[in-house]
Amino acid sequence: MPATLFLPAVLAKFADGKELTAEGTTVGEVVAGVATRFPALAPRLRDAQGNPYPFVTFYLNDEDIRFQGGFAAAVKDGDELTVVPAIAGG
Amino acid sequence: MSSPLATAHASRAPRPDAPHASRLSSEDLSHDEILRYSRHLIIPDVGLSGQKKLKAARVLLIGAGGLGSPLALYLAAAGVGNIGLVDFDVVDFTNLQRQILHGTKDVGRPKLDSARDRITDINPFVKLTTYETVLTSENALEIIKDYDIVIDGTDNFPTRYLVNDACVILGKPNVYGSIFRFEGQASVFATESGPCYRCLFPEPPPPGLVPSCAEGGVLGVLPGLIGTIQATEAIKLILGIGEPLIGRLLLVDALGARFRTVKLRKDPECPACGTHEITRLIDYQEFCGVPQANAEAKRDRELPEITPAELAERQKAGDDFDLIDVREPHEWDIARIPGARLIPLGVFPEKLAELDGKRDIVVHCRSGVRSAKAVRQLQGAGFARVWNLAGGILRWSDEVDPSVPKY
Repeated sequence: MPATLFLPAVLAKFADGKELTAEGTTVGEVVAGVATRFPALAPRLRDAQGNPYPFVTFYLNDEDIRFQGGFAAAVKDGDELTVVPAIAGG
Repeated sequence: MSSPLATAHASRAPRPDAPHASRLSSEDLSHDEILRYSRHLIIPDVGLSGQKKLKAARVLLIGAGGLGSPLALYLAAAGVGNIGLVDFDVVDFTNLQRQILHGTKDVGRPKLDSARDRITDINPFVKLTTYETVLTSENALEIIKDYDIVIDGTDNFPTRYLVNDACVILGKPNVYGSIFRFEGQASVFATESGPCYRCLFPEPPPPGLVPSCAEGGVLGVLPGLIGTIQATEAIKLILGIGEPLIGRLLLVDALGARFRTVKLRKDPECPACGTHEITRLIDYQEFCGVPQANAEAKRDRELPEITPAELAERQKAGDDFDLIDVREPHEWDIARIPGARLIPLGVFPEKLAELDGKRDIVVHCRSGVRSAKAVRQLQGAGFARVWNLAGGILRWSDEVDPSVPKY
């Protein structure tokens, strides 16, 4: 199930762009696939146990995955996953 | 929709400094004000009643920096009658690329002084109250309680959680904006029905993981983009018009010229706005891991150090040693210390094998923080004769060679 993962610039530098295509039936699988492809990105998307951080939020088609089962949320073909890390600049 | 500020304050005392104020109630507009706000008054959705709401509104800006600049300028120009401004900083040359509230002539002045000059010039009808202090758990509730809306233009995680919790406790809308390099976020938190900042990010990242604008840079225009979005949201809340960014997070990608909104939900488990476990303000430095990070920084300062003067002396004496610069190539292009060799910190581990453990090694970066990490790596790999250049290339410029630019 190819899905598109949108990264902010602060994370895109650890991958090969802001828009990545990745396979997976759940958000966790998509994230794990991307983490395998880009090892430097991996620790910035999820912790060593593969769980989401409280300061990096994932949106599946603009809905917060924490309210859809977290990394277990099902991904369909063509879904869009947006990664939003906490930033504090002002 | 009805304004979230429907219960805002009753009539206010006339201000003697405003023209004609003495014979008008505070929410009436003088002829001068009617002329000034003409382009608002002829919009049916604003009109005279809306402009009076703006005049009666009390808005607190936390921070007079990148976001605070466009916020203060536009809210003052729009006729927001009562603006509070919290800041403790002085204007620095590095602020001027984006903090348009302050000018070159203001460098070295308190930001609140230059802010007052600009705001008074833009709109003498605005009543400005300044708070020259760091916002803390001790003073936040006392300062915020007198306002209808709070706008978060701070630059660090502890203050963002502090502002959020104080707004939730006091029931004040928190107009949020945050920026980094080419991207920004904006939302409206802590309204009665909407989510708060903790619903979005329950916990902050550990210190050092997310670079600040001072460390990572920011496009000067970006706080203009996000700050004006925050100003727009504040005005919508005051007027009770439009669809506020409640329950939505706006993501701005300036490079991609893309605006995207994602949905935010109020988390029933949120300790601030969900379960209301947080009934008083906590130690936000502790919550954000700052004391631990400071302890680590203190340990870094205990590493073997060399001062810029001592380094210059060793170079002058012709000592045989390696000087390693662990900054990034784009920083190397700005300024460098003669004789240094560039090995960015990111690739340092794989380059360790190229270094000679029998030789003395001095490591430097911009300010001495990154090079301390490199010194630790070298010590961990068994290098015994390693020194960190105290204060980095910035102190080198101050104390040895002013021809090296500071950045």
